[in-house]
Amino acid sequence: METVSEQIITRSEILPIRTQIDLVHVRQRVRTWLSEERFTLIDQTKIVTAASELARNALEHGGGGQMEMSLLAVGARKGIRLKFSDQGPGIADIAMALKDGYTTAGGMGLGLSGSKRLMSEFDIQSSPGAGTVVTVTRWK
Amino acid sequence: MERIPILRIGSLLLVTIQVDLYDDLALQLQDDLSTRIADLGATGVLIDISALEIVDSFIGRTLANIAAIARVLDAETVVVGMQPAVAITLVELGMSLPGIRTALNVDLGMEYLRQAATGGDGVGTDHYAE
Repeated sequence: METVSEQIITRSEILPIRTQIDLVHVRQRVRTWLSEERFTLIDQTKIVTAASELARNALEHGGGGQMEMSLLAVGARKGIRLKFSDQGPGIADIAMALKDGYTTAGGMGLGLSGSKRLMSEFDIQSSPGAGTVVTVTRWK
Repeated sequence: MERIPILRIGSLLLVTIQVDLYDDLALQLQDDLSTRIADLGATGVLIDISALEIVDSFIGRTLANIAAIARVLDAETVVVGMQPAVAITLVELGMSLPGIRTALNVDLGMEYLRQAATGGDGVGTDHYAE
């Protein structure tokens, strides 16, 4: 017998990303959730680091925005999804932006590509003038 | 503005980061350390990051900048106490921190800096990692 489990959102919260202090709050809040949900220390560290990179992108490139974090359950499996939205200038060449070392802000150019490696799933929606939405998920 | 304290021990500067490092605070530390190195003629800088739960690309870049600036000012930098989960994450992120001397703990870091100040470079021991 095979049953297809539905994906359920068991918990959700929206955090603003307007200042550098918000960025610290994002890291702390994600860490708290992961700790409560008993993710391993290594998973916690990877996810919080990815959140820090993507929140900074939203702040530096997108002029600020928000992060929506959701706890997912598919059957007995748990995951965390982080959705970063900004209303910034958007990205014209997403493939280029995903390359290691590509930077427009004088950084390391590891924010997007590095976050992608740290998470299980990665999705980016963006076009010039329409802002950017990056959604990442990591399963336990 | 909030500042991370810098302690002096002889010709060495010691920093223990025990707060959540937001970007401007990291940059302030970079400026403060540069000034103190030059003012005191410090020969070494030890940065203890054992309390840091993450090092993202910005913090990693700031640590690399501090080491580079110190080098130009004739001082060695050693970063000590990185948590294993942080190390794993940093490498997966794509930053292996080339150019930053690391040591497992404060004792080994201090030993390296003292040797570096007296002309030794620590080569031949296996306590340190590039």
